[in-house]
Amino acid sequence: MSARGGIPAVRVRGLVRAFTTKGVLNGIDLDVAPGEFVALLGRSGSGKSTLLRALAEIDHEADGMGDIDLPDRLSVIFQDARLLPWMRVLDNVLLGISGGRERARAALKEVGLAGRERAWPHELSGGEQQRVALARALVREPRLLLADEPFGALDALTRIQMHVLLRRLVEVHRPTVLLVTHDIDEAILLADRIVVLEDGRLAADVPVDLPRDGNARRARITELRALLHRRLGVEAVDSEWQDAVSATAAGGRHG
Amino acid sequence: MNAIPDVLRPPFTQEMPVTLRASRSSRVPGQRLSPGRPARYGTLLGPALLLLYWGVLSATGWLDPRVLPAPWTAITTGIELIRDGRLQEHLAISAWRAMTGLGFGVAVGVGLALLSGLTLLGGYVIDGLVQIKRGIPILALIPFMILWLGIGETMKITLIATAVFFPVYINTHNALRAIDIRHVELAETVRLTQWQFLRYVVVPGTLPGFLTGLRFGATSSWLALVVVEQLNATSGIGYMVTLARNYAQTDVMLVGLVVYALLGFGSDALVRLLERRLLSWRRTLGR
Repeated sequence: MSARGGIPAVRVRGLVRAFTTKGVLNGIDLDVAPGEFVALLGRSGSGKSTLLRALAEIDHEADGMGDIDLPDRLSVIFQDARLLPWMRVLDNVLLGISGGRERARAALKEVGLAGRERAWPHELSGGEQQRVALARALVREPRLLLADEPFGALDALTRIQMHVLLRRLVEVHRPTVLLVTHDIDEAILLADRIVVLEDGRLAADVPVDLPRDGNARRARITELRALLHRRLGVEAVDSEWQDAVSATAAGGRHG
Repeated sequence: MNAIPDVLRPPFTQEMPVTLRASRSSRVPGQRLSPGRPARYGTLLGPALLLLYWGVLSATGWLDPRVLPAPWTAITTGIELIRDGRLQEHLAISAWRAMTGLGFGVAVGVGLALLSGLTLLGGYVIDGLVQIKRGIPILALIPFMILWLGIGETMKITLIATAVFFPVYINTHNALRAIDIRHVELAETVRLTQWQFLRYVVVPGTLPGFLTGLRFGATSSWLALVVVEQLNATSGIGYMVTLARNYAQTDVMLVGLVVYALLGFGSDALVRLLERRLLSWRRTLGR
């Protein structure tokens, strides 16, 4: 699977992972170009989280082989915010970094949490906690951002806000992004390219080439969604509902 | 004036249905399961009630002072002993023993818990030994301690430290093993060094367990102190009590008991204060 040309930011060759109990990767080859936003889409058990954990080097319990080349500066966002409950928000953002308090303040401001520096994590809502996690990732100025279903635990409204926020932050900071998700619309909305995983293999590599024009754009989104649904083995969805969603999706993408 | 029944008079005519509905909908189904906000000195209620009961029994003559003197006797005798200078002297030496033993016990307990919780080899060597040793009551070690260390201060401090060590080690070690794996993963992804991992994840994560151990440890230190001071000492509160027993001075014995109670209660309150300070980030039922 080739990226947009040039030296890839992420380069994976022949990646195999196996557990005694569950989940496998059966030879993954993947290139991601610098600054590219790739969504890893798959049903549960397809190995998408396993791939991300392998890239983040936190899959100690897995056996496997293969080569992974990654940028030095990388940040990980998990499904849960993973804030240390005994540290205030600002210290959580700065975990492992000496100094840089001003940068951390700026990062918190960017995610809309200016003034909450001294709060304890438990005083924040789920969405706010995930924003802190986003600030913690950003303050490291990552070349690569790995996100494992970062919005999976949030309610629908908060998720929409977070989509807009992530899109904006990515446009400003321009990291390469690998986003694991099982949400087709989230993938279409956010990514430049969608990679579908199935049984530990790459089953499809779909560029998200959305036209600027509203109608053509809507049509392309519907087309992409149908394609991905087929790829994931999901029954076709009611067309009326699809239109309603594609209108929202098109609007969100502009925001 | 009496033409209108009381209940129908304003403001009841307007408010009654509202208050009734409010109390029904909010009180009955929305039963609160946590005990609510504690009063400031609420934990003093139990001791106060016991003191009252004791005082009433003594004042009415139901309690023979030769069996147990009245509570105020403890105070007057205590004041006399302070005037003599005897109480301070014994208390100082007792407190020194307890604190030194506590210090050594906590240091060794935490050190070994970290070693056995964070390294595989340490776990194999230390934890196995500790689990076996748990089966032997501390006081059963006294004969050997005397044999090895004599009957001086070294033996006393060592026994107190050993008594403190176990609760501190066991609770700290348990808390260490219970550290959330997700926090460990986080530490790896933000590339914490070993030292930073220890400081920002392990120590704060283990602190609640350690403080529980410290509370038990403090109690154990007083317990061990009483035993070693009644065994073969020439100073300390325990010695004072033993001496008083020989002369049937129940009031002095009582003063000793009260001092132990105050020390135990005081050290426990101190640790709990420490807990409230250090664990202010927690939201729990008991706060």
